[in-house]
Amino acid sequence: MGRYLLKRFLYLIPIMLGVSIITFALINLAPGDPAELILQADGMELTREAVEALREELGLNDPFYVRYGRWLWNVCRLDLGESFRTGRPVTEEIFYRLPATIELTFAALVFMVIVALPAGILSALYRHTLIDHLNRLWALLGASLPGFWLGLMLIYLFAVRLGLLPVMGRGSLHHLVLPAVTLGFGMAAVYTRILRASMLEALGQEYIRVARAKGLKEKWVIGRHALKNALLPAVTLLGMSFGHLLGGAAIVETIFAWPGVGKFAVDSIFNRDYPVIQGYALFMAVVFVLANLMVDLSYVSLDPRIRLERGK
Amino acid sequence: MGQSKSPGAGVVGYHAVGILKKQSETGTHGLWTAVLGRLLQDKLALLGLGIILVMVTAAVFAPYFAPNDPFKVDLMQRLLPPQAQYPLGTDHLGRCLLSRLFYGSRSSLTTAALALTAIMLISIPFGTLAGYCGGQVDNILMRIVDVLLAFPGLVLALVIAGILGPGLLNVMLAVAAVRWVGYARVIRVTVLSVKEKEFVSAARACGTSGLGIIIRHILPNVLSPVIILATLDIGRLIIAISSLSFLGLGAQPPVPEWGAMLNDGRSYMQVAPQLMIYPGLAIMTVALAFNLLGDGLRDALDPRGTVRL
Repeated sequence: MGRYLLKRFLYLIPIMLGVSIITFALINLAPGDPAELILQADGMELTREAVEALREELGLNDPFYVRYGRWLWNVCRLDLGESFRTGRPVTEEIFYRLPATIELTFAALVFMVIVALPAGILSALYRHTLIDHLNRLWALLGASLPGFWLGLMLIYLFAVRLGLLPVMGRGSLHHLVLPAVTLGFGMAAVYTRILRASMLEALGQEYIRVARAKGLKEKWVIGRHALKNALLPAVTLLGMSFGHLLGGAAIVETIFAWPGVGKFAVDSIFNRDYPVIQGYALFMAVVFVLANLMVDLSYVSLDPRIRLERGK
Repeated sequence: MGQSKSPGAGVVGYHAVGILKKQSETGTHGLWTAVLGRLLQDKLALLGLGIILVMVTAAVFAPYFAPNDPFKVDLMQRLLPPQAQYPLGTDHLGRCLLSRLFYGSRSSLTTAALALTAIMLISIPFGTLAGYCGGQVDNILMRIVDVLLAFPGLVLALVIAGILGPGLLNVMLAVAAVRWVGYARVIRVTVLSVKEKEFVSAARACGTSGLGIIIRHILPNVLSPVIILATLDIGRLIIAISSLSFLGLGAQPPVPEWGAMLNDGRSYMQVAPQLMIYPGLAIMTVALAFNLLGDGLRDALDPRGTVRL
């Protein structure tokens, strides 16, 4: 187990280096000269001398690897530069908005579990009945429904028509409902299918027959024996799904004017605020990688078979 | 994120081997006849295929189907409810919504098709090279894949599209730049198992060059997993492209595109809800159709249903 942990951590180093190279290189795709952009943002006149002086000052005339090295050194000190728009450090701006995004993402996860867990179990227990067919239909719709459209339709129905929930912003629990449902909906459909499949597989195992033969109550057979094993495949995929949630959050936050990192990034894109865009990409990759690491580790500790195999 | 974890890699490998087995039993030609036979019995897949054909027809013959000029602005006729001249009403500039939907299908379908082409152009050489060469080449190429997978997909697409600047072509590039990775992995695993086959050894013994083996023996076998993936994925591609368009990064006015139309329409939710209902419905219908067809194709080619990106 200890060796596996160490290997897993060491593996992060080349990955994170690669991530940093891509993030840094991306900014070079931007049309136009960063120095000109900064001067424009400051409302300065664009003379050739001023641009050249700023390029020299920013070190833009240095070769790629020098600029990358300098940038990486700053990143290691948590310095992602300053926002062109607000003039404040990018890290500060991101950390300031992170709680809102985390709140939304977790609420979406909670919604997903509340819906997918019973739906998946029922679908497996009552296979080929109406419940199962409805679930299949839902899974199909969930995979085909664009999240941003669902969000708009929910706003239209619950906020505009029925006036039950607030349209936008963050505040009370009421504000959280629509964005969380929008973000979690598609994924809930996916997990219902996954849980259904793994539940069916678990129910077909020998130990279930043994448990039933022992005369255990059905709810114990399902709850303790089948479900526990059926959950494992779903847990492995959670890490990947976390990435979908982070990406989807940018869109959902924009629709609902949710003051999170995603909305900030989208706003920054339209203001061509490159340090923020760069910081956002890097930050999300780090969060995603760490989330996956956590899922991996929890999976290892959940499943003794893997623990033994990898511990060797 | 890489090989050490990804639960999908092994599954896909297994799947690819399953397909290969089937192919070697029936021959490539026989396989596709059998697949077509099974597809024809799958009513949902046929429904999906039907919807796709209707949509493609609508896109190609948009000028004939559209009741009005989709670009004609008439501020006197803005935000009209559905009526005889404008079957679905008009938008905030008085343009016919139905006509714009017809023309919008062109942007959405073409962009998705272009994105898919770009994905193939990157992933097939990449995956084949990694799988066929093996060793250090494979190692390096797969580390690149791991790094790309360390970014949440939509985040990276958003950032690339944002940096390149607004435009449908840029959105297409951004989505392709993110999604090719999954294809490359599947192709690599397939190539890995094909190159161990006897017919490859036989070809090599006959003195066929490496390139000849890849083109004549390996690529034809990569085809079927790629087709399943592409069909299952195109719905997601359309949704991803329209999401970025919805944010304002894709089609620029006055070009009609479903995601952008939704974005235009949302400000008029209270007075003209049809402006956001129909474009969304259109996106969902196309995505649904491709998902139905993809599911059917997968069931026909791979009854265990194990292929996924």
